[in-house]
Amino acid sequence: MQRFINNPDEVVEDTLKGFVKAHRDLVRLSERNPRVVAAQVAPIAGKVGVITGGGSGHEPAFIGYTGRTMLDAVAVGELFSSPTAKSFLDAAREANGGKGVVCLYGNYAGDNMNVKMAVQLAAKEGLTIATVVANDDVCSAPASEREKRRGVAGEIFMWKVGAAKAAEGASLEEVRATAQKAIDSCRSVGIGLGPCTLPAVGHPNFEIAPGTMEVGIGHHGEPGTRVEPLKTAAEIGRDMASIVLDDHGLAAGTEVAVLVSGLGATPLNELYILNDAIEAEITARGLVVHKTYVGNYFTSLEMVGATLTVMALDDELKRLLAVEAACPAGL
Amino acid sequence: MQSFANEGAAGMVLAVAGVIVANRAYLSEIDGKIGDGDHGVNMAKGFGMAAERIGPDMSLATAFDSLGTVLMSEIGGSMGPLYGMMFTRFAETIDKVPAIDAAAFSAMLASGLDGIETIGAAKVGDKTLLDTLVPAKTAFDAAIAEGQSFASALDALSTAAEAGRDSTKDLVAKIGRASRLGERSLGVLDAGATSCALILTTLATEAKARLGA
Repeated sequence: MQRFINNPDEVVEDTLKGFVKAHRDLVRLSERNPRVVAAQVAPIAGKVGVITGGGSGHEPAFIGYTGRTMLDAVAVGELFSSPTAKSFLDAAREANGGKGVVCLYGNYAGDNMNVKMAVQLAAKEGLTIATVVANDDVCSAPASEREKRRGVAGEIFMWKVGAAKAAEGASLEEVRATAQKAIDSCRSVGIGLGPCTLPAVGHPNFEIAPGTMEVGIGHHGEPGTRVEPLKTAAEIGRDMASIVLDDHGLAAGTEVAVLVSGLGATPLNELYILNDAIEAEITARGLVVHKTYVGNYFTSLEMVGATLTVMALDDELKRLLAVEAACPAGL
Repeated sequence: MQSFANEGAAGMVLAVAGVIVANRAYLSEIDGKIGDGDHGVNMAKGFGMAAERIGPDMSLATAFDSLGTVLMSEIGGSMGPLYGMMFTRFAETIDKVPAIDAAAFSAMLASGLDGIETIGAAKVGDKTLLDTLVPAKTAFDAAIAEGQSFASALDALSTAAEAGRDSTKDLVAKIGRASRLGERSLGVLDAGATSCALILTTLATEAKARLGA
C-alpha cells in the first residue's frame, strides 16, 4: 500500500506538526508536552476543563475535537496505543481553569491504567480529575457486562455534551454527570469490510475474506461478534440500526441523534447510502431522528467500514448538542 | 551465599533491551494475531530508548529505574505502565542492596508483581504477562525453599517462564484488547506473556553469568 509518510516510527509527530499548522486558529501544541494538543482558548478561568486522550490513527478523533466550547486538551498516544499517564496529566494541566478537570475517555485497558495513574499524580498537586469512561460499543460485550464494552464514536457525543455543559459554568460534578448521561444514552456498532495496516508493522492487522464482512468490529480491528457474507447497503444499514436499537430498547417517540462515521477508507457517498437505510429502520421503530451526522468522524487508519452511533435525547442533551462550538473536526 | 554485585551490573538490563529490540518483528507478529500488532514496535521503542540512557557501568538498580521511567513516561499503551511499574519496583527493591542474592532477587520479583497487580486488573489464567511472571516467581521461590542454589533456581525460573508463556496458547483472553475475541483468542500465544518470558530468561541468563555459574 502506498502512503504519505516519512519515517514509519514518527507518524504521530509528523501528524501533529501538520495538524497544528492547519488549525492554528483553534489549537496549539502544549509547551509542556509535545504529545498534548490544547485549545488556543484553554485554560479558561473558572470553567471546568474537559479533556480526553487516546491512541492516534483515529483522526479526526481525538485531536480534532479540541477547540472552542469543545475539548480543552487532548493527550496523544502512539498509533492505536494509549497516551502515557504523563500526557493525560499534562492535558489536565493545560485544561485546568481552577474548577477541576473531567477526563472523558474510552474503555481500553491501556487508557484505564494511564488515566488512573494520571488521576493519582494530579491529586498530589491538588488538581482533581473526574472521569467518565465510554462503553457504547454494543458488540464488544453483552448488555449484562456493559462495563466491559469498549468506547467508540459515542465518545464524540459525550465530548460535545460535556464541553457544552462546562461552558455553561456547571460544576465538576455536574459536567461529569451530564457526560455520563450522554454516553449512557449512546449505543454504537461497527462493520468492517477491509483491514488496516500500522505503518511500523507493515502488514494488515487482520484479514477479512473477500465477499465477507465483520459485524461488530472494533476501532482497532478487534474482530466482531460474527463474520457474515457481504450484503447490500440497505441490509447492512438495517442490521446496524437493529443491533444498536435492540440493545437500546427506546420507547416509541424518543428523539435520537445519529452519527454515521467512516472508518477511513470508505467514501462519503457510501456512508450516505448506509444512512438512508439506517434512518429507515430507526423511523420504522417509531423513533424520531432529530439530528444526523455523516462523515469521517472517528476512523481507524485506512480500514474499510463504518460505525453507527445512536444517542437517545432528552431536553438537556438536545440543548447541549445545539450549543455552537468550533473544532477542527467541524462537528 | 551466592550473589552478584549490584554495582556495574547495568549490562543485564542492556541485554534485556537488546533481546526485546531483536524480537521487535516477532512480538508484533504474535500480537497481530489477536491484538493490533504493535507490541514489538512499542516495546522495542521503549527498551531501545532506555538502552541509550543506560551506561554499562551503572548499577542494576539505576538501570532498572531508567528503563522503568522511560516505559512509564514515554511509551503509554498497556505495556508502558505495566512494565514501567515492574522495573521501577525492581529498582526500588534492590536500591540499597550491594550484593544481589537469591533473597533479594525473590523480593525484587515479588515487588514487581505487586506493582503490576496494583494498576492492572488481570489474574493468572487471563492470558497476560502474569501467566509468565507468576509461575516463574513461584518456581524460583520453590527451588530456593528446596535448598537449591541461586543458579539452579534461576534455571527453574526460566523453565517456568517459558512453560507459562506456552500455557497462554490454550487460554482464552479475559482482559485487554484480545479479550474481545473470546474463543477466537485460543491457539495463539499472548504477546505480553511472550515478552515477559524474554525479559525473565534474559535476566536469569545474565544473573547466572555474573554468579560464574
